[in-house]
Amino acid sequence: MRKYLKYITILSFSGLLLCSTLLVGQERDTISPIELQEVLLSHHKNDYESHNSPSPVQAISGEKLEKLNTLNVADALRYFSGIQLKDYGGVGGIKTVNVRSMGSQHTGIFYDGIQLGNAQNGQVDLGKFSLENMEKVSLYQGQRTAMLQSAKSYASANTIYLKTKTPEFSVAKNYKISAGIRTSSFGLFNPSLSINYKINDAISARVSTEMVKADGKYKFQYSNGVYDTTATRNNADIISYRLEASVHGKHKNRDTWKVKYYHYDSERGLPGAIVANRFNRPQRLWDRGDFIQADYKHEFGDKYTIKIRGKYGENFSRYLDPEIVTTKGLLDNKYDQQEYYLSLVHSYKIKPYWTLSFATDFQHNAMQANLYRFAYPKRNSLLNVLASNLDFDWFNLQVSLLSTGIYESVKYYEAADDFQEYSPSLLFNVQPFASPNFRIRGFYKNIFRMPTFNDLYYTFVGNTFLAPEYSDQINLGFSWQKDQGNTFFNITSDIYKIWITDKIVAVPGTNLFRWTMLNLGEVETNGVETNITNSGKIGTSFNYTAILTYTFQESLDVTPRGNSYGQQIPYIPKHSGSLSLMTNYKNLNLNYSFIYTGERYSQKTNIPSNYLQPWYTHDISTNYSLRFLKNPLKVGVELNNVLDQQYAVIKNFPMPGRSFRVNLNYEF
Amino acid sequence: MKKCCLLLIILCGMFSCQTDDLNTKDESQNPETPGEGEPDTSASVKGFYLLNEGNMSMNKASLDFMDYETGEYNRNVFSEANPNLVGGLGDVGNDLGIYGSKLYVVVNASNKVEVLQAETGERLKQIDIDNPRYLTFYKGKAYLSTYLGAIGDPSAPNGIVAEIDTTSLEITRRVEVGRQPEELLAYNDKIYVANSGGYSPPDYETTISVIDINNFTETKQIEVAKNLHRLNIDSEGDLYVTSRGDYYEIPSKLFVIDTEKEKVKKSFDIGVSDFTIHKDIAYMYSTEFSYISGDYTITYSMLDTQTETFLDKTFIAENYRKLIEMPYGIAVHPETDDVFITDAKDYVTPGNLYCFTPQGELKWSVETGDIPAHIAFKY
Repeated sequence: MRKYLKYITILSFSGLLLCSTLLVGQERDTISPIELQEVLLSHHKNDYESHNSPSPVQAISGEKLEKLNTLNVADALRYFSGIQLKDYGGVGGIKTVNVRSMGSQHTGIFYDGIQLGNAQNGQVDLGKFSLENMEKVSLYQGQRTAMLQSAKSYASANTIYLKTKTPEFSVAKNYKISAGIRTSSFGLFNPSLSINYKINDAISARVSTEMVKADGKYKFQYSNGVYDTTATRNNADIISYRLEASVHGKHKNRDTWKVKYYHYDSERGLPGAIVANRFNRPQRLWDRGDFIQADYKHEFGDKYTIKIRGKYGENFSRYLDPEIVTTKGLLDNKYDQQEYYLSLVHSYKIKPYWTLSFATDFQHNAMQANLYRFAYPKRNSLLNVLASNLDFDWFNLQVSLLSTGIYESVKYYEAADDFQEYSPSLLFNVQPFASPNFRIRGFYKNIFRMPTFNDLYYTFVGNTFLAPEYSDQINLGFSWQKDQGNTFFNITSDIYKIWITDKIVAVPGTNLFRWTMLNLGEVETNGVETNITNSGKIGTSFNYTAILTYTFQESLDVTPRGNSYGQQIPYIPKHSGSLSLMTNYKNLNLNYSFIYTGERYSQKTNIPSNYLQPWYTHDISTNYSLRFLKNPLKVGVELNNVLDQQYAVIKNFPMPGRSFRVNLNYEF
Repeated sequence: MKKCCLLLIILCGMFSCQTDDLNTKDESQNPETPGEGEPDTSASVKGFYLLNEGNMSMNKASLDFMDYETGEYNRNVFSEANPNLVGGLGDVGNDLGIYGSKLYVVVNASNKVEVLQAETGERLKQIDIDNPRYLTFYKGKAYLSTYLGAIGDPSAPNGIVAEIDTTSLEITRRVEVGRQPEELLAYNDKIYVANSGGYSPPDYETTISVIDINNFTETKQIEVAKNLHRLNIDSEGDLYVTSRGDYYEIPSKLFVIDTEKEKVKKSFDIGVSDFTIHKDIAYMYSTEFSYISGDYTITYSMLDTQTETFLDKTFIAENYRKLIEMPYGIAVHPETDDVFITDAKDYVTPGNLYCFTPQGELKWSVETGDIPAHIAFKY
């Protein structure tokens, strides 16, 4: 451990740590004493979890989410270490995450405890999930270790938990309404409304809705050092609607339940890659999703608890390409998906310090598309997990074994073979010394991601002989914290090693139009993540939080006989980090954040023509709260990419330069 | 802590600057030593250009030049000669050809044809045209196939052949042909173009369109087979055309067409990925992917175009065949009979160009850009 600390110290002194981000989170609120207390509580809960959890956890919640310059979940995740955001730019640009270089399909994304799936391509566009209705965004490496989790929670290499807002009321009121409006560069018009209503002491309801409309236009610079031109990003418009409605019940007889309906509908332009002589593209995408999900928990005495979860979801997308004219008109692909999900978890406390949990999940996915030679696949998944959690004050050990059974069928052509696998994991957190301020954690996890429907069945490309892509992870880290009354200090750091085998990659078939999917790649990643948090109080009314994150990743292509053996895989920087600083004086907040991503390569070979420049953005924002007709009115102004840096996360997809955003929110 | 933060901010500012844009000037490669053996002043082939396609959306098409006079192989010669052209050569180089003193480069996803001085590689003109594919030359004109005649018109799935005047470099005439036309050639005042219909599987095209150059109209469609692609002509006026089939039940094949009767006269049950005809020999290679083994079968074969029979020999000695991961382009030196094969490898890394002697021994190899594909000899 000491050696490891030394390594970090050397790293920081040799200037490698520099490009980290300091994120300053301010947790205190000055509007009402009741709110303040709640915020403090949730703050401590976060700190407790990140300090005591066997798996590394990062979370942003509540007020901090509002203060960071964030619009959607993807924006918030930028502040976490170990994450690379794939961002195609702009308000409507698709945004996915890649955690610890494993590829986005290894990350499970959970919405109020139930996974958001996409059997078609395994990717969830995080740009779609607004923070308007979000209470907390957390990232767990390995897996979350809470008991009463569904079996699905054990089935990803890492997980992002999105917890939406629950109804809350001020004293002596049975409703609360919040209305907001946001506007920005890119012609953004973003009104939102949420209504909380208390039906009785046990049951409450919440409706949250918003619209996002933007023309998405922005100027970007296109240059190679010799030529240098400025152009406008076109066909980047979006219009989307979101509606969420939920009913929450909490009864004295130890029953809690929740039912939620979610609806999303959007149409956007796909601006495409910027290449020579081609700055305009006509492709369009429609995307519509609906789901209804529910959970119910019942405690039988102090020892035995059950939780039931269920979901039905539908997804529709349509891709229109006017540049491809077929005998039936323009290329117009339509995709439909359905998902059924049911989960039952038993948790039994054998001893006060020992809990066993047994979860069974069943999921059914189906997909239809108007593609030539489409297979119409269906997949049934049966997951069972047995987990044991040994929890003392000084020592926590969780062991689990997951069994996955996959049964596929198709209407036409060939289905993939049925599949059965057992996946173990072991996680621990220990307090080695007398002081609870220092804890060591670690985990080992073996898991896989299934080939998606596209991998298996997509016309010309799919390959039904594909095996799953496996990952093995080892993580070792520590958390040290110190609370000195007026200041709080926390440092966490983890080193990890990850092996990806049987990586599913697209390889060319007989010509460029015929790529096919194969289990070909192998990747080995060595990484270090460090998060440093300092928050405190100066005088009676000045508070601050500073967060610094740093990630080092060496992710090498170790595919046997590969053309790029030993080279860093595409789009993974060796160094990245962030720095945030949030300050608060009375009713005024001032926030600054800096995000840095080091040099990367856009393709497998680490040569100059694939080189991508490092990028770093400085963002500032300020919020002011005041009373208007006795109710809180919040005004916020953000200035993003203050230095107007021209950069691209994905090659040939330029990102916006300097932009502003203004928001107004009123609660009553 | 605050001071520490401040320090870090300053340090970040200092260290995180972007490097100056890297000028990707490559080292020359020296595959041939001029002056060795007899001096080659009599040779009229001065060198050749090689077009690297680059992956779609990567904007990485590039042009290499092999200079026989110096023995040097230089990459990125377009960027060298035209450093200030916005976006460079562009996205997906699809074909090139030299006619007179001009070099024509078809850049498919950049919707343009670049016309360069063959001597220097400097741009003379950019001709804007949507979705261009292949070109050929005939009597002072260049003829270019494009996948669609009009972008965005749902009722216009057909492609066209455009005529470019090689002096004015203007598009002079257009004629509608079949859907998604691929390779084309001109012979006896007619243009033959292979239609694919690739945008509407399984409704592929099955014909070669025949265009009368004088009135520039499609006069006939020769029925061949599904999804045509490569097209060459032999010394007797017979067309050789490849059909890609439907990639599933219908296998790829090779057909011979008599241009006098404008009818198929022979067919071979062999898949051909690409081929070239040189001195009455067709040099062919084929890559077939098997879903069962998850591997490719690569074959190299030679066909005598006079007897229309396959020779039981090949043009690469057995021990060199494993060098080539994914053959993607073929050419034969007009004078020395050396055979050039490009290797696109996994399509996302720089490829190789291999030069074999007429006896099939490896003469030399060089590293190219991404997806090396098309070669044009310069005289």
